[in-house]
Amino acid sequence: MSELPGDLEYTAEHEWLRKEEDGTVTIGITDHAQSALGDLVYVELPEVGQEVEAGGEMAVVESVKAASDVYAPISGEVVAVNEVLADDPEKINADAYGDGWIVRMRPTGDDGETMSPDDYQTLLDELEE
Amino acid sequence: MGKRTPLYQSHVDAGAKIVDFGGWDMPLHYGSQLEEHHVVRKQAGAFDVSHMTVVDVTGKEATAFLQKLLANDVARLKEEGKALYSCMLNDEGGVVDDLITYYLGPDRYRVVVNAATRDKDMAWIEAAVSAFDAQVNERPGLAMIAVQGPQARALAATVLNEEWREGALALKPFYGLEAGDLFIARTGYTGEDGWEIMLPESDAADFWQQCVDAGISPCGLGARDTLRLEAGMNLYGSDMDETISPLEAGLGWTIAWEPENRDFTGRGPLMEVRANKSRQKFAGLLLEGKGVLRDHMRVVVDGLPDGEITSGGFSPTLERSIAMARLPAGNYDRAQVDVRGRLLDVRVVKMPFVRNGKSQIEL
Repeated sequence: MSELPGDLEYTAEHEWLRKEEDGTVTIGITDHAQSALGDLVYVELPEVGQEVEAGGEMAVVESVKAASDVYAPISGEVVAVNEVLADDPEKINADAYGDGWIVRMRPTGDDGETMSPDDYQTLLDELEE
Repeated sequence: MGKRTPLYQSHVDAGAKIVDFGGWDMPLHYGSQLEEHHVVRKQAGAFDVSHMTVVDVTGKEATAFLQKLLANDVARLKEEGKALYSCMLNDEGGVVDDLITYYLGPDRYRVVVNAATRDKDMAWIEAAVSAFDAQVNERPGLAMIAVQGPQARALAATVLNEEWREGALALKPFYGLEAGDLFIARTGYTGEDGWEIMLPESDAADFWQQCVDAGISPCGLGARDTLRLEAGMNLYGSDMDETISPLEAGLGWTIAWEPENRDFTGRGPLMEVRANKSRQKFAGLLLEGKGVLRDHMRVVVDGLPDGEITSGGFSPTLERSIAMARLPAGNYDRAQVDVRGRLLDVRVVKMPFVRNGKSQIEL
C-alpha cells in the first residue's frame, strides 16, 4: 500500500478531504477504498449547487463487484463535481488522490469528524489484521 | 482459512487478491478484473478451476443411472469424448446443480459439478446411485485449468506433450480427450474458444507456469463472472436453485423430453411447469443509460407482475450494464429496473450478449 498524502484529512468511511486556499474542500475516496472496490465502472455524481449534510449520501461509486455510497464528510454546498468521472470512472483507480477527486464543496456548518494521516494509517493497519 | 487448490501459492506469488468462494481461497483478480476480461476476449487467459468437483461414474448401469439422475439424456452421447450440459433435478423439478458430463467410453463417464454445492451434490448422487449397478468416485486429486480466448488453444498446445498435441487441436467444440494423465476438453464458461484441462494436482503448478510463460494471462473469478454473464451462461445459486425449474432459468434446451418413457428425476413436476403457459420467462436485459444493474433488483413491466434480476453487472465488452432476469410471461421488449429507487429503462434482449469476442446485441 502506498503512503498516505500528508496534506489531507481522512474519514473512517475511507474518504479524503483537502482544504483549498479559497475555502472550498475537495473530496475523494482513498486508495484503500478504490483498491477494495476493484475496477470502477460508474460514478453517480451530485448536482452542482446541491446542499448536503455531513453523513448524507453524496455520490455513488460502482465497481464491477458492487455499489458503494460516498457520504459527505462535512455539511456544505457542492460547488464542483469531477465530470471526467462520468466517462472515465477508472480515474479513481488510477489516481485516487489526484485526477480521481469526486466533488468540491463550500462548507456551511460544523465540520464532520475527520482524522489525520497518522490516525487513518492506524485504522488501515487495524483493518489489515 | 479456506480450502486451497494446488495453484494457491502460484496465485499469491502473482499478487492475486484472494477471496472466499464456496469455502475455497480463490483469486478474484491479479490487479485488474477488467483487463483480465478483455485479455480473454482478445487473446488468452488461464483460470484455476480446480475447486470444481470431478466425479467419475462407471459400471454396467452407469448409463441407466445417469439417465435417471439427469434431465438431459446421456444416450445422446454416442461418440467417445462427447460432452453434455445438464441439470440434475430434485423430486420437485428444482435444480440441485448444473453440470457437464463427458462420455469417456463404454460404461465410463466423467461428471463435473460446482464447487460450492459439492457436499449436497455428492450426497444426492450417492443416494441415487444405490439403486444401480454403478460406482461413483470423486477425483479430488485432479486439478483443473481453463484456458480461454481466441489464442488459448494455440498457445496451450505448445505446453502439451507432443504425443497429444495434434489430437487435442483436432477436438471439435464440446468434445474431450483422455491424454495420458490429462483430460483435455474443448469446453468453457466464457463464450470464447478454449480448453478445460484436468490433470494430476502434483503437475498443476508446473503446467500453470508453462501456460503463463507461453503467453496466457492468469485470470481470476471476477473476470470469469463478467465473461460468463456476457456469454449468457447461467450461474448456479444466482440464476437457478432448488426452487427454480430449468424451464424458468432459460435452460429448457437442456431437457431431453424424448423418449417419453425416460423417467428422470423431477420429470413429473417439470411437465406441469411446461404446461403452465403463464410461467416466468428468462431473458437478458440491457441498460439504456448509465448505471449498473445488480442481482435481485426489481424489474417493472407495464401491466404485468414484477420480475427480478438474477445476475447483473457491467459488461466490459459492451461498456454497458447487462443482466439476466426472470420476467413475467408476455411479448415485450422494454422494461424498467428499480436501481436504488430510480426506474431506469432497459431493453429485453435475447442472449448471449457476446460470443467469440463480438457483441450479439445492437446497442
